Amino acid sequence: MVTGILLQIVQTLIAILLAPLLMGWVNQCRAWLQGRTAPPLTQPYRTLRKLFHKDAVIAGNASPLFRFAPYVIFSCMVLAAGLVPTIANDLPFSPAADVIALVGILALARVFLALAAMDIGTSFGTLGARREMLVSFLAEPALLMVFFTASLISQSTELPHIVETLAQKEFAIYPSLAFAAVAFWMISVAENARIPVDNPTTHLELTMIHEAMVLEYSARHLALIEWAVALKLFTYSVLGIALFLPWGIAPRGDVAALPLALAAMVAKLAAGGAALSFMETISAKVRLFRAPEFLGTAFLLAVLGMLTHFLLEV
Amino acid sequence: MPKHPDDLALTPQTEGGFVWRSRLEPGRLTAFARIIQDEGGQLLALWGADDRHLGRNFTVHVAFLSSVGLIWTTSELDGDQPAYPDLAHIFPQADRMQRAAFDLLGIRAQDGVDGRAWLRHAAWVEDAFPLRKDFPARAACRSPRPETEPYPFIRVEGEGVHEIAVGPIHAATIEPGHFRFSVIGDRILRLEERLGYTHKGTEKRFEGLDLATGAKLAGRVSGDSHTAFAWAYCMAVETATACSVPDRAIWLRALFLEMERVANHLGDLGFLGNDVALTFGFVQFWRLKEDWMRLSARLFGHRYLFDMLLPGGVATDIDARGKADLDALCKRIAGEVQTLRHIYDEHTGLQDRFANTGIVAPDMAARLGLTGLAGRASSQAWDARVQFPCAPYDRLDVNMALQKSGDVLARAEVRFTEVFESLRLIRLLLEQLPAGALHAPCTQAAGVCEGLGWVEGWRGPVIVAVRIDADGRLDRVHPHDPSWQNWPLVEVGVLGNIVPDFPLINKSFNLSYSGPDL
Repeated sequence: MVTGILLQIVQTLIAILLAPLLMGWVNQCRAWLQGRTAPPLTQPYRTLRKLFHKDAVIAGNASPLFRFAPYVIFSCMVLAAGLVPTIANDLPFSPAADVIALVGILALARVFLALAAMDIGTSFGTLGARREMLVSFLAEPALLMVFFTASLISQSTELPHIVETLAQKEFAIYPSLAFAAVAFWMISVAENARIPVDNPTTHLELTMIHEAMVLEYSARHLALIEWAVALKLFTYSVLGIALFLPWGIAPRGDVAALPLALAAMVAKLAAGGAALSFMETISAKVRLFRAPEFLGTAFLLAVLGMLTHFLLEV
Repeated sequence: MPKHPDDLALTPQTEGGFVWRSRLEPGRLTAFARIIQDEGGQLLALWGADDRHLGRNFTVHVAFLSSVGLIWTTSELDGDQPAYPDLAHIFPQADRMQRAAFDLLGIRAQDGVDGRAWLRHAAWVEDAFPLRKDFPARAACRSPRPETEPYPFIRVEGEGVHEIAVGPIHAATIEPGHFRFSVIGDRILRLEERLGYTHKGTEKRFEGLDLATGAKLAGRVSGDSHTAFAWAYCMAVETATACSVPDRAIWLRALFLEMERVANHLGDLGFLGNDVALTFGFVQFWRLKEDWMRLSARLFGHRYLFDMLLPGGVATDIDARGKADLDALCKRIAGEVQTLRHIYDEHTGLQDRFANTGIVAPDMAARLGLTGLAGRASSQAWDARVQFPCAPYDRLDVNMALQKSGDVLARAEVRFTEVFESLRLIRLLLEQLPAGALHAPCTQAAGVCEGLGWVEGWRGPVIVAVRIDADGRLDRVHPHDPSWQNWPLVEVGVLGNIVPDFPLINKSFNLSYSGPDL
């Protein structure tokens, strides 16, 4: 039990500390693919350090909600990251919430971000919040559908069981998971404000979704939000790994398998980050009103995954 | 000879040129404008001047584009409350120019529908007119006052309509301008621009300058069109002083102008990719632009080719090795742009964003006077280099780029075509560059003299009108940027589009703030 708690703490810390590194890696790959000189891998850490050393500027009409929202958002993301098995499976914290609760935690963070964006009353905050809600209300059901497909296979909505079914029981091919994986990729792209749904590097305030909501934040508040954004990308990445490529995650109590599990995770994240940056480099951003079509396709694929499960796997 | 009625009394500015001069009674301006309109012409520019120190009153000047070329009319106004007939009901593009003429000189368009201030942002008091000769320019600079009255934007009323105010400070380092959107959800019902934030008194600054310094200032009216403005200014001064410029200098000017066009088009094509988040395209086009500017710096000493022109000629030359380098770069860039064009053409995501976005239909473009590059993307077939070629374009046989659809895609296509055409022209210019002197002295004319220069810059027709006083110093200079008449068309182009597409549409026009704000 003590080992379990210790492992849980280590795993959560790894998530918090490695998340900016994943962001740095994606940015580096993007720069290389575009033919630019890449920023160093550690650039996100430097940015965070810089932001934590600055004085915060807060609008005169901001309510307390605007101040504490970054802490809520960051905590939600830490909680979500702690729930997903990254290197060790079935840790003591896992039974606290299943995948449905995980969707809820991510939604809670989003609600606070949207409320904080509208709190100041600038047109861009409201604009961003509105668009974020448009994207998320389409992405959430699709994400749930993906989780249902995975949980139908393992007969449980708890992540440790899902991971165990795929990684530690006898090998089986599940065609439904192929559909679910593509759907999950599309949802992750939309939820993490990446191209083709949103552009994380744009300076054009009228085109922004996520960035428009955080325009008024500065210093430590912005640092927490940026860190939460990195954590979100990390959480979605390890979630994708846990659902579709869980091989390598150490089974319960197997401490000896941990170094290999860590290496496997880093390798999988590196490959995933490179794939994300490749997809971002070759695509243009879709017109905002095409985002529903994009997410509708994701939903359709997730439903197809479920149907395939009933047709082929039961 | 022009096919206009003889009673219009057109006199050519120079023998064999395409600029005509006409002195008109103010009362006949409306009828004259109607003749131009019936013939399919346009109003290019409108400005005023204070001629009281010359023993006359205020004058209003209009530049019309017609089938015979550019007609420059001058009308002297009467009385203490000088007024001229409103031209905006015939040529809507005159509206902002008329408002600016009132702000600067106090000459009013009679029965003009829009009486709001344009350039005056409360930086000077309402009854002061900075371009009048008796206005103390230095006193005004010392006391900027905050704007007390909000600018009366035209409001859209109704259920669910709200306004988004953007600028003048933007998230990126771009020039200041205010955009007021009335929207339902993300759909744009109306856009109203408010410009004038970069008004810096350029026209006032010209007064009293010597001719060579004037060329430097003219080139800085809008930095991305440096050569276009400097050439138009030099052309005006040389016409006024009857100075004959050596052939080699004129050919080099054309070389600089085409180089400026290529640099700007490459940059814009990159920006258009960037605005749809295709950063690959942005980086590639900017790499080419960077190569281009580095060669410019190496050959001529300036990345943006500043201060290469002076009245009477040019300040710099190109040698055989420079010619070979530039020729080789033209060849390489033509090939690379061809490849990038294929990528843009076949990228479904990019085409989906470009096509049918920000449409300015040809009939609307004709009615509102869309000009230059954006005009050619909406079937407005005007290009001074083609129809009214000054030397050396009369020897080059320029091909006009023309598109019909008037959307972002059409404006990108015109840029692609013009890049290839300009690269071809540069290679021709280099090949046929005549030998000779670079510079001829401009002798001072006897008494006050006037001239007008007209150059097809990369954005559109650039006009500079100059009056030189009896001492050989500048008395009145009006530089006209084509952005004046194209800005209102951005308001038209975005109608029915969605807010997140505005930056792309705006970038596809890529208009100047500094040029019309003066």
